[in-house]
Amino acid sequence: MSERTSKDHTLVDLCIAAAAEAWRGDGEILATGIGLVPRLAAGLAWRTFSPDLLMTDSECMLVSEPVPVGPRDGYQPKVEGWMPFGKIFDHLWGGRRHAMTSPTQIDRLGYSNISCIGDPARPKVQLLGVRGVPGNTINHPCSFFVPGHSPRTFVARVDMASGVGYDPARWAPGVKQDFRELRLVVSNLGVLDFGGPASTMRLRSVHPGVTVAEVQEQTGFELALADPVGETPAPSAEQLEIIRLLDPRDLRASVFRT
Amino acid sequence: MNKRMTSANVVSELRDGMTIGIGGWGARRKPMALVREILRSPLRDLTLVSYGGPDVGMLCAAGKVKKLIFGFVSLDVIPLDPHFRAARQAGALEVMEIDEGMLQWGLRAAMIRLPFLPTRAGLACDVERLSPQLRTVQSPYDDGETLLAMPALRLDAALVHVDHADERGNAQILGPDPYFDDLFCGAATRRYVSCEHIVPTEQLTTLGCVHTLSINRSMVDGVVEVPFGAHPTSCTPKYGIDLEHLRVYGAASGSEKWAAYRQRHVDVSHDAYIEAVGGGARIAEIPPTIF
Repeated sequence: MSERTSKDHTLVDLCIAAAAEAWRGDGEILATGIGLVPRLAAGLAWRTFSPDLLMTDSECMLVSEPVPVGPRDGYQPKVEGWMPFGKIFDHLWGGRRHAMTSPTQIDRLGYSNISCIGDPARPKVQLLGVRGVPGNTINHPCSFFVPGHSPRTFVARVDMASGVGYDPARWAPGVKQDFRELRLVVSNLGVLDFGGPASTMRLRSVHPGVTVAEVQEQTGFELALADPVGETPAPSAEQLEIIRLLDPRDLRASVFRT
Repeated sequence: MNKRMTSANVVSELRDGMTIGIGGWGARRKPMALVREILRSPLRDLTLVSYGGPDVGMLCAAGKVKKLIFGFVSLDVIPLDPHFRAARQAGALEVMEIDEGMLQWGLRAAMIRLPFLPTRAGLACDVERLSPQLRTVQSPYDDGETLLAMPALRLDAALVHVDHADERGNAQILGPDPYFDDLFCGAATRRYVSCEHIVPTEQLTTLGCVHTLSINRSMVDGVVEVPFGAHPTSCTPKYGIDLEHLRVYGAASGSEKWAAYRQRHVDVSHDAYIEAVGGGARIAEIPPTIF
């Protein structure tokens, strides 16, 4: 997959700006971006249209401004609070967070997989485990970034459902669905959500140079389509400047390197 | 009251088939010296409860794990532990795979002597489906919500590593995050704390404020002084994660390479291990990990 560059921005810059939109309208909640692009996207949202967000230093300190990625080069995080693991689940299960993760698989009804590929009893490929995805997805908004959009990542049905989704058959009577909100999926090809019929995955925009047909070809199930499917906007000069400040060593250049 | 023990004393009190909880998180403040002592023993068929890192990986490599209760196994700076992966991919482990917060809830239930604690986490996904022993309860109030009843995770033994302890078992954690070491001790029948240094009680509050005293002596049965006892995991602020050594450990896959790693880094005294990884002075220079 080649980068589609213009003289001022690259594909990864466009994806960071697209992913930042996930946090638009979020007030004073914790923004968590797991992985480089999600973390930069959360920082970008915080610096622009969602100024009341909270973020950590990716460990246990709440900070007053996003911590630049990579070696600190003398930068001291501006600590304003403490969020150790002993407090985090109270916070998350209370709904005061929106997290973006990079699952290995995601399916038509929003089930995501960070745990394993193959049969969970004896995986072909063991990954991390479910981590906090079960509690996250049933308690607070969650979004996703998938750098390699293919039928192996956008699958008909995930091998292991680490989190919850929109399949009514998986929700027993009395189980509260109120807090489930799978908001945005950003990939190297486009931006998607779960606004299709019966909350199926829907294509909202294609990145410049990508066709709807190409996205469908790279997806392992039938995608619903927004009417119309737009083009993902290029990042503004202001957004690019902020991204450069958050990633001064251009670590993001390696995200789509083949 | 003097609870001083050696690592060997601790392991001599453990039995085959025990459920052992290991504190720390990933590659951070794991009681690795105690884990290596278990590797040197004939213990087998263990059930582990852990926010897993090289503790789980190493015990899997040594074939000592029958069952694992976990939310993840990760080396943090290296996402995946190759030895744990190999065991899983060989079908060598029974597992109960649960949300990280469910694990906390299970330890807390055990600590406060409840049979379970209710949570929404784990419902409507494969956590529930793959662990059919997990049950639900219905709220007895007008809401009638269906909740998951996270069962108490009772431990036969807990192993944690801290900065300092006194001889009576009051334990101090100076790092930025105490993780769940207090809950591991609270959930266990026998509680073993290794530490960088055993200090007089009155020195504890000069070394850190009272909030650093996470574990009190009524929660501890044995105290072991093991400088650099968390290596290669971190013990912030004293030393960070030894990424270089984690790479050596991670590369030791397959029976031949694992045997070579064991010979140099496991089947030796703790002092010889510290020498083999470059000495205490080198470890103390490892900067805190930037995430």
